[in-house]
Amino acid sequence: MRQLRDLLLTHPIFHDFPEKYIEAINECAWEQEFLADQYLFWTGQEAKFLYIIRDGTVSLQAYTPEKGPVAIEKLGNGDIIGWSWLFPPYKWHLDAKAESPCHALVLDGRCILGKCADDHELGYELMKRFNCIMLDRLAATRMRLIDVYAKGHLTGSNYDFI
Amino acid sequence: MRPEPWRVKRVHKDTRDTFSLELEPENGDPFSFLPGQFNMLYLFGTGEVPISISGDPGQTDAILHTVRRVGVVTDAMGQLRKGHSLGLRGPYGEPWPLDQAENKDIVIVAGGIGLAPLRPALLSIVANRDKYQNIVLLYGARTPDDILYRKDLEKLSAQLDIQVFVTVDRGTANWRGSIGVVPNMIRRAPFDAQNAVAMICGPEIMIHYATKELHRRGLPDEKIFVSMERNMKCGIGLCGHCQFGPYFVCRDGPVFPYSRVEKLLQVREA
Ligand SMILES: Cc1cc2nc3c(=O)[nH]c(=O)nc-3n(C[C@H](O)[C@H](O)[C@H](O)COP(=O)(O)OP(=O)(O)OC[C@H]3O[C@@H](n4cnc5c(N)ncnc54)[C@H](O)[C@@H]3O)c2cc1C
Ligand code: FES
Repeated sequence: MRQLRDLLLTHPIFHDFPEKYIEAINECAWEQEFLADQYLFWTGQEAKFLYIIRDGTVSLQAYTPEKGPVAIEKLGNGDIIGWSWLFPPYKWHLDAKAESPCHALVLDGRCILGKCADDHELGYELMKRFNCIMLDRLAATRMRLIDVYAKGHLTGSNYDFI
Repeated sequence: MRPEPWRVKRVHKDTRDTFSLELEPENGDPFSFLPGQFNMLYLFGTGEVPISISGDPGQTDAILHTVRRVGVVTDAMGQLRKGHSLGLRGPYGEPWPLDQAENKDIVIVAGGIGLAPLRPALLSIVANRDKYQNIVLLYGARTPDDILYRKDLEKLSAQLDIQVFVTVDRGTANWRGSIGVVPNMIRRAPFDAQNAVAMICGPEIMIHYATKELHRRGLPDEKIFVSMERNMKCGIGLCGHCQFGPYFVCRDGPVFPYSRVEKLLQVREA
């Protein structure tokens, strides 16, 4: 069976990550299975963990009074879910539900923050990598806000978005 | 340059704002084209617009165009019914580089109506399946109701040797598929970047992010092909209406290697 640290190393976020830091992350991580329809977390709950999906699909849902829970994004193999443990008020803003049986690597946010506080080099490395992913997600969200397939978007006419 | 009269054989409503016209030539002459080429369709008294051919390149007695209603001419086209006539000239433009894709993986990335110009390429690939390695289609639409060619996609998905991934920007309660943008699907798409060709058609912003993801996977610019749209008049490189940097989209495109248009894509039209 593959060791947890090997699984961490296969994820692009830890590509070229110094060995000593992988050990530190390893101490804050474990594997977890979720059943189909099981919730990883709910809106308003204390945000504690970061999830790296290895298998299965998780939908992020927002609750609307008119329509109930609405899936706003679906994430799968390799995607990372859960940043709210990084920022006050440390609460989830969305629900995350496993759409199918799901296998994830879970990182304990408080443990990670503790390691980063002890070693700022690790904190810098990690935050750089987290920021890249958050930037990608921001770009994807903006792309959806622009409503790129909407009428009036001739391919050449809407190119001022970065 | 003169349009030939063609007759509407059948009209198919694809989605809320998109329909396909099956056309046959009034003179009965066979018509052939290459995947990625377009025709200039002329509606008497209304105007003329470039529309890609979306049908099977193997069929020569009738052709298909899939049109999205966005303005004067395309709205009027939406009123056409079986037996009505319109003018057609073409086919024009550079096709998708299917010959360069032989023995390679092919990644087809389409957004919205951008699937229409890629459909003939897909049909041709399916008809000559053994010439290519892995085939991956990544398609994004606004909502599940906006997905084009549902039957085709279902048929392709059922085929074991072609992988189809569809995503929507906004899901609905009964949508079980993916929600998110097309470029994000590129990260996990099963292809070998060392031996692949990508063909992209969709809004320019989607092209931008799709190429970024393809680069991340290691696909070089010269293996990425994009189909560009610019307003057109003559369609044959005479009037300059479709100028795009040093190129005329009607004559040098609409399909370009990304390496030729990368710099231009960063420039906004005046
Ligand atoms: C090579 C080429 C191939 C094309 N293939 C297809 C095709 O297969 N199917 C298809 O439906 N269209 C295709 N188009 C686009 C099509 O030519 C235009 O939608 C059409 O010319 C619009 O004419 P109109 O008179 O209906 O709209 P207009 O009255 O000229 O425009 C009305 C409004 O729609 C916007 N608009 C114009 N064109 C588009 C567009 N392409 N997308 C979104 N909004 C637009 C304008 O900015 C304007 O706001 C292609 C264009 C090119 C250059
Ligand atoms: S449309 Fe006239 S040059 Fe291209």
